[in-house]
Amino acid sequence: MPLATTSQHSSYQNKVASSRATSEPVWIRWSLIGIVLLFLSLFLLVPLAAVFTEALRKGFDTYITALTDPDALSSIKLTLIAAAIAVPLNLVFGVAAAWAIAKFEFRGKSILITLIDLPFAVSPVIAGLIYVLIFGMQGWVGSTLIDHDLKVIFAIPGIVLATVFVTFPFVARELIPLMQAQGKDEEEAGLVLGASGWQILWRITLPNVKWGLLYGVILTNARAMGEFGAVSVVSGHIRGMTNTMPLHVEILYNEYNYAAAFAVASLLALLALVTLALKTFVEWQVARNASSHEKSFN
Amino acid sequence: MAKQKNILPGFNLSLGYTLLYLSLIVLIPLSAAFIKTTELSFNEFWNVVTAPRVLASYQLTFGASLIAALINAAFGLLTAWVLVRYTFPGKKIIDALVDLPFALPTAVAGIALTAVYAGNGWIGSWLEPHGIKVAFTPLGVIIALTFIGLPFVVRTVQPVLEDLEAETEEAAASLGANRWQTFTKIIFPAIWPALLTGFALAFARAIGEYGSVIFIAGNVPFVSEITPLIIITKLEQYEYASATAVAVVMLVISFLLLFAINGLQWWFNRHANAAR
Amino acid sequence: MSIEIRNIRKNFGSFSALNDVSLDVPSGELVALLGPSGCGKTTLLRIIAGLETPDSGSIHFYGEDATARQVREREVGFVFQHYALFRHMTVFENVAFGLRVRPKETRPSDAEIKRRVHELLELVQLDWLADRYPPQLSGGQRQRIALARALAVEPKVLLLDEPFGALDAKVRKELRRWLRRLHDELHITSIFVTHDQEEALEVADRVVVINKGQIEQVGSPQEVYDHPVSPFVYQFLGNVNQFQSHIHEGEAKIGDVGLKLDAHHDTQNSSALAFVRPHEIEIYKERHGDSAAFEADVHYINAIGPLVRLELKIANKVELIEAELTQARFRELGLTQGEHVFIYPRNVRVFLDGQHTGGYIQQI
Repeated sequence: MPLATTSQHSSYQNKVASSRATSEPVWIRWSLIGIVLLFLSLFLLVPLAAVFTEALRKGFDTYITALTDPDALSSIKLTLIAAAIAVPLNLVFGVAAAWAIAKFEFRGKSILITLIDLPFAVSPVIAGLIYVLIFGMQGWVGSTLIDHDLKVIFAIPGIVLATVFVTFPFVARELIPLMQAQGKDEEEAGLVLGASGWQILWRITLPNVKWGLLYGVILTNARAMGEFGAVSVVSGHIRGMTNTMPLHVEILYNEYNYAAAFAVASLLALLALVTLALKTFVEWQVARNASSHEKSFN
Repeated sequence: MAKQKNILPGFNLSLGYTLLYLSLIVLIPLSAAFIKTTELSFNEFWNVVTAPRVLASYQLTFGASLIAALINAAFGLLTAWVLVRYTFPGKKIIDALVDLPFALPTAVAGIALTAVYAGNGWIGSWLEPHGIKVAFTPLGVIIALTFIGLPFVVRTVQPVLEDLEAETEEAAASLGANRWQTFTKIIFPAIWPALLTGFALAFARAIGEYGSVIFIAGNVPFVSEITPLIIITKLEQYEYASATAVAVVMLVISFLLLFAINGLQWWFNRHANAAR
Repeated sequence: MSIEIRNIRKNFGSFSALNDVSLDVPSGELVALLGPSGCGKTTLLRIIAGLETPDSGSIHFYGEDATARQVREREVGFVFQHYALFRHMTVFENVAFGLRVRPKETRPSDAEIKRRVHELLELVQLDWLADRYPPQLSGGQRQRIALARALAVEPKVLLLDEPFGALDAKVRKELRRWLRRLHDELHITSIFVTHDQEEALEVADRVVVINKGQIEQVGSPQEVYDHPVSPFVYQFLGNVNQFQSHIHEGEAKIGDVGLKLDAHHDTQNSSALAFVRPHEIEIYKERHGDSAAFEADVHYINAIGPLVRLELKIANKVELIEAELTQARFRELGLTQGEHVFIYPRNVRVFLDGQHTGGYIQQI
């Protein structure tokens, strides 16, 4: 799903709240704030708190034991491997796609943009399924793989592929509008000054979109480490071999080993919080840059 | 313009790589789903995708997704409004937390919501005496889908609200409109395309969701079994062709939704630009 | 000739941006491409730079065909309309960029780069801004940095796209003169694009007037202002009064006033456009001599500044005639609003319909 683009905190309330004509009475204002806080608490804060409470319910020792269990460690390792492959792959793709789409005119561009969005529209379960259809035992290349003693499905390559698929559009989605908005002027200036294509990319284009790039990488990484449905289909759930962290959580949970399940889950929740913090930091940077631009233009 | 020689370098390389990678990762694998279904005759296909248990799963998946998206449209608009217009302590943290459902792995969300809304959970134990059962019922599915769709409406409406010019509201006020009239006649017309887009995004996301739902749903056939779970079940029974048939139905619906959303955004951008 | 432009055509879809344009720019000159927006002047500049490719035609630099040459090999300096400074680099790094991206063999040493950049920054009088970032600069400063950056690669040709377009009036005037002085110092062949006739006439050695993808006239500022060759150039350069007239055997009839012409003696019953500049109108309170005069009422007087601007209304006509008088002449006449006066055009230029050139000047 396309995430909303980097939101920039405007100084709207500074402009408006002070003026009585365009604001609501205090009691309405606080009622609305109250409703929103209640809604967000029920759906966000309470579940988040529950993860950590459940994880520590049986004490800190149990928590540590659950995390240092060999199966848990191997699931952490596999999650890191999948992200370490998927993120760079989609990063390179995102830059290439954004360069082609933002800097050039060609027929079929809007179709291409829609196609890049496709993985957002596909259920994660189906994302896993399609790779089973190709690489599974009865799949298109299944028998060839068996002949060469290669395994994709129920093995690490399948997990990586499914992860690449579900995180496919993130970087491209962030970069395309950003690079379109920046236009071609600076690149053309670089060209006139004698820079080569790579020099323009490294010295002008990428530094200009660095925050958007980082934003895309953060989102890609979060989704890559947290993906469940697609990976679940291709993994085969072999303990200590093809289990990622989310899959490990599921297994422990289904074995009624709640404390251990929530212990591993708490690591993923921490990852989510770090992601949000980084994301907020990047948004703050972008807003700061934008406002420093604005200041000088006025 | 299409014939124009490109001055900036790297067009062929970047577009070529984009198309190759897109084909290898997305297009060819997706086409596999469509090709696989051709193994079934049309009657077989039809029988699979309209089996009573599958039909019941559509009803649950689409019904719950619709309700969840509607809840998100209402509360998402309210949340965006409060975040843009009002100041209150902790606002920045709340603003950042809205994206939690994007960042939190769905499996974690699933077990956390189950723990909270189960009969012995923090909220479930409080609802159960009133006869409201959430976990392991369709209500639980709605709760999970509301959670994962929560950021969409907020994040599409928020920037539009921020960009609204204060002057137009001041003008409305100076012309004698009260606050409610200003909202319905000035503000709402400006944000409703974004609201609709956010709603459609939340709906589309909910339809395909798996991880956060299966823990809380209970997965009782005909009652709380979602369509993605049907696909998984069929896969586990090695019924690849019929699993794929159900997947194709979902794919087609998802694609239609994607095109509708893109159309909406195109229309919405055109409006926004024309207004400038 | 340092730049020769031969038969350039460029279409964007069905829109013809440039239609068979040829132009010679002598070495060391400062040339203005002047025209209304959408006339193709920026497209021409970008074609010279190599940022656009022409559909047909050729560009020669110092006698060599440069049409197929890549942008980076053309050795041109280009100043973009919105400067296109690299936002994430300091002013120093912006100016140094063109030197830093050279291949190792031709790249100057760091010390040499430093020396050259500071030299250029001193040239544009902004050495003290070396460590700032572009967003921290004013418009005029950005403009000068963009120029320094373009000059850093020692271009053979300097191209400027609406160099003063984004600046406010006062800064624009200062920078204009500064650019002129800079050009007189460096003598680098320069072409700039502008839609502002005042700017073109003040700064350039030669002005190229472009309209609808075609060159209307090339000449010194004096030439194009005094002797416009087409109605378009007449209207575009400076204020002018325009009349529908009727030419018959050496006489131009405007309304019922007949003005004698020195040409068009053989023209029979032809309609034409007649042009009179506001400062080439004489006004008297009484009839003066035997030449034909318009009778008019003073409709509006604006006496602020060195020139007095009058709007005159001819009886039974809707359009107003604009005239400019010196303060001295105005006081001498002692005109007041509503007064009846006689108007003697000193200089009328007529263009027969469907005929661009072949105008004529009548001296009273």
